[in-house]
Amino acid sequence: MRYETERTRRRGHADTATDTLARGLGIFSIALGIAEVVAPRALARALGMKGQEGLIAGYGVREIATGIGILASKDPTPWIWGRVAGDGLDLATLATALEGRNPKKGNVGIAMAAVAGVTALDVYCAQTLSRESPTPLPPMQDYSDRTGYPGGIQQSHGAAKDFEVPRDFRTPEAMRPYAQPQASQRPTPSM
Amino acid sequence: MKALVWHGTTDIRCDTVPDPQIEHPRDAIIKVTSCAICGSDLHLYNHFMPGMKNGDIVGHEFMGEVVDVGTDAKGALKVGDRVVVPFTIICGECDQCKRGNFSVCERTNRNGHIAAKAFGHTTAGLFGYTHLTGGYPGGQAEYVRVPFADKTHVKIPNGLTDEQVLFLGDIFPTGWQAAVQCDIEPTDTVAIWGAGPVGQMAIRSAILLGAKQVIAIDRVPERLDMARAGGAITINFDEESVIERLNELTNGKGPEKCIDSVGMEAHAAGTVDAMYDRVKQATMMETDRPHVLREMAYVCRPAGTLSIPGVYGGLLDKIPFGAIMNKGLTIRTGQTHVNRWTDDLLRRIEEGQIDPSFVITHTVPLDQGPDMYKVFRDKQDGCIKVVLKP
Repeated sequence: MRYETERTRRRGHADTATDTLARGLGIFSIALGIAEVVAPRALARALGMKGQEGLIAGYGVREIATGIGILASKDPTPWIWGRVAGDGLDLATLATALEGRNPKKGNVGIAMAAVAGVTALDVYCAQTLSRESPTPLPPMQDYSDRTGYPGGIQQSHGAAKDFEVPRDFRTPEAMRPYAQPQASQRPTPSM
Repeated sequence: MKALVWHGTTDIRCDTVPDPQIEHPRDAIIKVTSCAICGSDLHLYNHFMPGMKNGDIVGHEFMGEVVDVGTDAKGALKVGDRVVVPFTIICGECDQCKRGNFSVCERTNRNGHIAAKAFGHTTAGLFGYTHLTGGYPGGQAEYVRVPFADKTHVKIPNGLTDEQVLFLGDIFPTGWQAAVQCDIEPTDTVAIWGAGPVGQMAIRSAILLGAKQVIAIDRVPERLDMARAGGAITINFDEESVIERLNELTNGKGPEKCIDSVGMEAHAAGTVDAMYDRVKQATMMETDRPHVLREMAYVCRPAGTLSIPGVYGGLLDKIPFGAIMNKGLTIRTGQTHVNRWTDDLLRRIEEGQIDPSFVITHTVPLDQGPDMYKVFRDKQDGCIKVVLKP
């Protein structure tokens, strides 16, 4: 569904919420990538994947590149789909660490659950972005003259003061002094 | 005849269906000259309202010319009369009708037992709005059978165009009742969530009733533009915090009166409660997305009023009733008692206080109706109100 705001209209995008989510995923991607590049050994140890430090660091580079792509591109859609593919790769790699002798299987399970959660967000974001039109939105309709008051707003403001609000629609009498805080009617608080 | 027929989720078609007939002495047949797509029709289109059946004719905002009258309606109507038909069908005789509570008429919902199971009691019959409200064929058609026609009509004098009076059938009295429920005083700030057709009418009603300040909350630029034209200060909820801005505009005290003209399909995004609603609705654990209700309860000034013309269908979750109770808020809601307001509103149109046609952005033939449902739902092409010409 495409919604427009003044900000998104300028950029040719429509749905700021999805844009925000995409940006969030981009930042997350870079943060995770940095962790993988900086501390592949610690991660490998935590997951019982010793000997695969190079692979983890490589995945980190992939995450950083994808994150930069999301944040820097005009249209992040293909980059988010790229994240979905990367999530699949991560899950497949983690699945190999689930073999019976790995003492860190519990950590691997937690990591897989986390990746699955992020994958759901990635898929949602990618699908929503894909439904949007890539072309800039058409010019905004000008409704600034659609007042609805044939004689002008000044003439109509308060024109229905003659309307007597039916008794069953009135503010309950007990609430009235509180709802209408005129000095003379304001009750003295009882302490 | 041609009519817009509901076939399933987002599947409304212009079909050829049998012409309606007089079925009861109080019936009349109306040749529709203009009808409109209402925001609440989108709840049917998206299938958030239960109780629709394949083949139902939709539409509850329409007007036209009387072409046939049942024997018991002849005292009130004659062939050739020009009428707007209120969306609530009323008998005019039951206890509720006698009190002016027309939207809860006790006799016109022929499926009242279903409504009673869902809501505890029956509500009035409505045109083209699920079998929960009687399953009456709607008015997005060339002809309509109007049950209880001797009471369910508003006669229109010559000299007024269809566009000026069509909305007396729903959105104008709905926006008006929303404002009346607020019992507006000259010192009041009225905040209105949703600048769709009902919200636009509520803005103008609040201005007519003399509110000091009217604030409209939406995110669609065209709707905000039209709200400003009507005299409202606007808040784009995608670009600023609604609560912060409302407090800023009311010296930190919050608006005295809050109107929810959004209802069950709030599109708030980026808030925790909105995501929560999305998940719960998707997993069929919640029927409605009540983000606006929560926000209103939180920001409304203590001892203020929440007026709710927006349509809700079922069970709502995480309503901050602690805020409502402790701040002593008054809640006013309900479907519109259309006939209670129409004489007064018709006079105001005739006197030039307001011309409701300002809200029309698209006028198309009936057979383009199915496409316009999508355009309206997706708020494309600056669409705010669609009028169909059969």
